[in-house]
Amino acid sequence: MPDKKMRTILFLLQKEFLQIMRNKSIRVMIFVMPVIQLIIMPLAADYEVKNINLSIVDHDHSTYSAQLISKITASSYFKFAAYNQSFREAFILVEKDKADIILEIPVNFEKDLIKENKAKVFIAANAINGIKANLGSAYLASIIRDYNMELRSKLIAVTRYNPVPVIEVPSSNWFNPLMNYYYFMVPGILAILVTMVGGFLSALNIVKEKEVGTIEQINVTPIKKYHFVIGKLIPFWILGNIIFTIGLLVAWLIYGIVPVGSLLLLYVCISMYLLAILGFGLLISTFCETQQQAMLVMFFFMMIFILMGGLYTSIDSMPNWAKIIAKFNPAAYLIELIRMVVLKGSGFKDVLPHIIKLGIFAVVLNSWAVLNYKKTN
Amino acid sequence: MYSVEVKDISKVYGKEKLVAVDHVSFSVNKGDIFGLIGPDGAGKTSIFRVLTTLLLPDGGGATVEGFDIVKDYEQIRSRVGYMPGRFSLYQDLTVEENLHFFATLFGTTIRENYDLIKDIYVQLEKFKDRRTGKLSGGMKQKLALCCALIHKPTVLFLDEPTTGVDPVSRKEFWEMLKRLKAQGITIIVSTPYMDEADLCDRIALMQAGKILSVETPAHIINNYGDLLVEVKADNMYELLKVLKEYKKALNSYAFGEYAHVSFEKEIPGDFLPFLQQRGLSGIFMAPANVTIEDCFIKLLKS
Repeated sequence: MPDKKMRTILFLLQKEFLQIMRNKSIRVMIFVMPVIQLIIMPLAADYEVKNINLSIVDHDHSTYSAQLISKITASSYFKFAAYNQSFREAFILVEKDKADIILEIPVNFEKDLIKENKAKVFIAANAINGIKANLGSAYLASIIRDYNMELRSKLIAVTRYNPVPVIEVPSSNWFNPLMNYYYFMVPGILAILVTMVGGFLSALNIVKEKEVGTIEQINVTPIKKYHFVIGKLIPFWILGNIIFTIGLLVAWLIYGIVPVGSLLLLYVCISMYLLAILGFGLLISTFCETQQQAMLVMFFFMMIFILMGGLYTSIDSMPNWAKIIAKFNPAAYLIELIRMVVLKGSGFKDVLPHIIKLGIFAVVLNSWAVLNYKKTN
Repeated sequence: MYSVEVKDISKVYGKEKLVAVDHVSFSVNKGDIFGLIGPDGAGKTSIFRVLTTLLLPDGGGATVEGFDIVKDYEQIRSRVGYMPGRFSLYQDLTVEENLHFFATLFGTTIRENYDLIKDIYVQLEKFKDRRTGKLSGGMKQKLALCCALIHKPTVLFLDEPTTGVDPVSRKEFWEMLKRLKAQGITIIVSTPYMDEADLCDRIALMQAGKILSVETPAHIINNYGDLLVEVKADNMYELLKVLKEYKKALNSYAFGEYAHVSFEKEIPGDFLPFLQQRGLSGIFMAPANVTIEDCFIKLLKS
């Protein structure tokens, strides 16, 4: 009998593949979507903040203030927007969205600096674009600190005072030394891609059979429930792997990203993950009656998976309750796994805890889907 | 020996407690063509779904080929062929692929049971590489029948197989059913068409979840009891209106080009004068052949 069972499953697979390959929109989705998304999204989703428009209000007009200004404008982060006479004038520019940050240098800046050894400057940032405001004022502050340092060591050198101990904190970015955002984004987007394609295809599939009515004809056959679900699972599992492979090729050809870790391990991760996300899709499929319902429900979860998966915002910086939600987000594990293996070169032992968790997701979701798929009601 | 025995089955849907099947009982002889006749919403499909183990009844029980529909559902599934009312084969697969697929699900092959479907399949063979979605209605119907037969079932459930099919294809379809009956297959068929009732061995007349009567078509017709006449006049619309006013008639309704009027025993002497008096001309009257439809209408009235 096992021979007969195998034959049944093989036929279910054959049928599923015939249907998938005959569906033009699915074909396009499988081959075009990964390529387009991987080319467009990482280029657009660039966190590096450049071209911050800076407006300067210099009330001092001294040598020091001029030096400071030239030092700031020399950096590639800032674009000199205007040189204003008053803060109000500069503020109008902010209102018109022509300036992002205002630097105001007060009168007696130079004098105070030399005589009293300290001077104040005022930085005002437009916080509507939070990232730009934050990073921009941080860049600006660090340039000013730098300048301050320079100045002090110069003054100290002249007076031959006791040298002031200077603590410098150099930083270096591990696993992505140049802080190349593509390295960071591409593996994450790859994970999202697999999630979207796998989740949606599987969620819509059983529902489609319900909608068209073919499930009636299947249900009167002696076929077992788990055969049917396996017959749905495997084709999409294979498709998911194909999409992932295409994505890896795009990452290599366009961004030159070659996984540091083992390719085999990467496929172990993706295989396990696919079982989990497909199980989730099939589960939704068993709950819904129409493709529209399934689509909306899947979309709701997709948003949570993506936005709370650590792709755009780090899970570590989320509040505690959000971290707990992220623990139940399979996509969060995959995003981390792919980054670990592709960027850091993590080995099997490092990724094992995550793989086990994904395995639990897979078992629970698929069993639930099998139980919930009723042949009788 | 009965092939299907239904005892006191009920099915209630949803929170509104919509009664679809109301304490229905009947039995089907082995090798019969059994017809469930009734209008839309009579509960025919619900009974089919209960008997094909797709739906659990809320009360009562049934056996198919001696197997209980709840306990032995697996046994039933491999012995029963079901053709749902809605076309439910894969439209994006070809004719041959569909047939092949369903044969495999039942653990058999097309070749093994080819002689059973041969008569039907030869008409489809020239389209075997065509996608099912692109077939005509009659062809779809034939393919659905092939798919329901491919595992050599002993009982065949056909839910409104001829709805939306042209008269020629309908006739052909019934010819096919007769040939299947000759091979010993029990066929349970539902239809809203009264004229198909004559083609069944026994029929159950259904209305609003209840069975009104289970008999052979001839028996039902012979037991009609009333006197039925057909009447025609130049102005049919006026005639039907006037007939409603004639209180001595049990019932009157349009029937094809005639109006059927039923009386208890004999035509009252004042019937014709009454019609003439009301200004109707060209009156023609003759005894009518009782049909299942007349019996059904009578049952509904009582």
